[in-house]
Amino acid sequence: MNGQGKHPPFAERAAGPVLATGIEIFQINLGYRCNLECRHCHVAAGPERRELMSRKLMERCLDILRAHPISTIDITGGAPELHPHFPWFLEECAALGRRLLVRTNGVVLLEEGYGSFLDLYTRLRVEVVVSLPHVDPRITDRQRGEGVHARLIDALRKLNARGYGQPGSGLVLNLVHNPGGAYLPGLQGSLEARYRQVLRDKYGIGFNNLFCITNMPIGRYLAFLKRSGNYEDYMDALVRAFNPLALANVMCRTTLSVGWDGRLYDCDFNQMLGLTVNHGAPEHIERFDGKMLATRRVVTGNHCYGCTAGAGSSCQGEVAC
Amino acid sequence: MNIIMADYYEQQDLADFANIGEYAPTLGEKYFAYYGEAMQDGVLTAREKSLIALAVATTQKCPYCIDAYTNQCLSLGVAPEEMMEAVHVGAAMTAGVVLAHSTQMRKIIKKKEM
Repeated sequence: MNGQGKHPPFAERAAGPVLATGIEIFQINLGYRCNLECRHCHVAAGPERRELMSRKLMERCLDILRAHPISTIDITGGAPELHPHFPWFLEECAALGRRLLVRTNGVVLLEEGYGSFLDLYTRLRVEVVVSLPHVDPRITDRQRGEGVHARLIDALRKLNARGYGQPGSGLVLNLVHNPGGAYLPGLQGSLEARYRQVLRDKYGIGFNNLFCITNMPIGRYLAFLKRSGNYEDYMDALVRAFNPLALANVMCRTTLSVGWDGRLYDCDFNQMLGLTVNHGAPEHIERFDGKMLATRRVVTGNHCYGCTAGAGSSCQGEVAC
Repeated sequence: MNIIMADYYEQQDLADFANIGEYAPTLGEKYFAYYGEAMQDGVLTAREKSLIALAVATTQKCPYCIDAYTNQCLSLGVAPEEMMEAVHVGAAMTAGVVLAHSTQMRKIIKKKEM
């Protein structure tokens, strides 16, 4: 039973190539700089990271978005707010009139000099996605750092005060849950109900949706799995929970991930692993080819079991409800 | 003894639970349909049901169920303190069940005493 090679190759289990069906989500990673250093961060972001997307590449992203009817712009990092050109970039993205969302760590909005992003997000009606691993402060702090839960509650209150997550405002505040250990997330509906109850009763906080994300066996999380002797069991659990319905809806079929250096990936996880798009599709944004990329064959590996386990997992949460 | 015991309660056998319909597939399917419906969100939440299941798993001393429902509780965001309280409910109930059976003993004693 032991040994890394015992899990069936994902490609075998998928029984055929995973093919993209279009580009509906253009996910842009502005860089790995972050004011936090979370234990579950799959891109290993942190204060010491220096990778940042150049202004030229940001302009290239905008050119591509102008030329292609991609419906969703999804901005991530690191903490996007730490990028010096982010305010300009966000205004330009908003001017395109697409669905625009920013993945923020939340607490950066409380840092001196960054509070103005609360107003900018509100004015541009940006969809805000905040990572809140758990409603139990101990679990959130274990993953994201001491005192982060309390600061997140403060940040969520500020977002609520601007209308985010409030009925009828149209300002969307979504939260992200991921397990605080070597186990899979529970059903999104059940966890969302729990989050809603605790955040409302304990803190008076409202939000729109909870996205449940399975921790991928890569990066810092993989190191934790191996260090704690949980790797084999975790992979067993992922493989056992393989769900063909989740495979049919995996995000890579409709997402293109742009790295800080302009390299193109099927997802953020492949970005962490350095697996650029392949099978003939251009691997850099300078050689962007909408048609080829929209029908590309996705690069897969055994980490892909993370997105096909149970109800599935994506940057938008479950995929096989 | 260890060699014999190694054939029982192997952790990986939990994965075989999906195959319990072998030799009786119709009954297996009915069981899984019932099980799935009993465990999903209803008047009680799936979270509450998982805590009940964990208490039952420990009182029934089923290592597979303890494994499955500890993980399920973690997945559903149940805190360790909540899990331990559920186990104490099972322990208290079990103790009560044992003590309640002393009624039989006490009745016999009283009947036999001169």
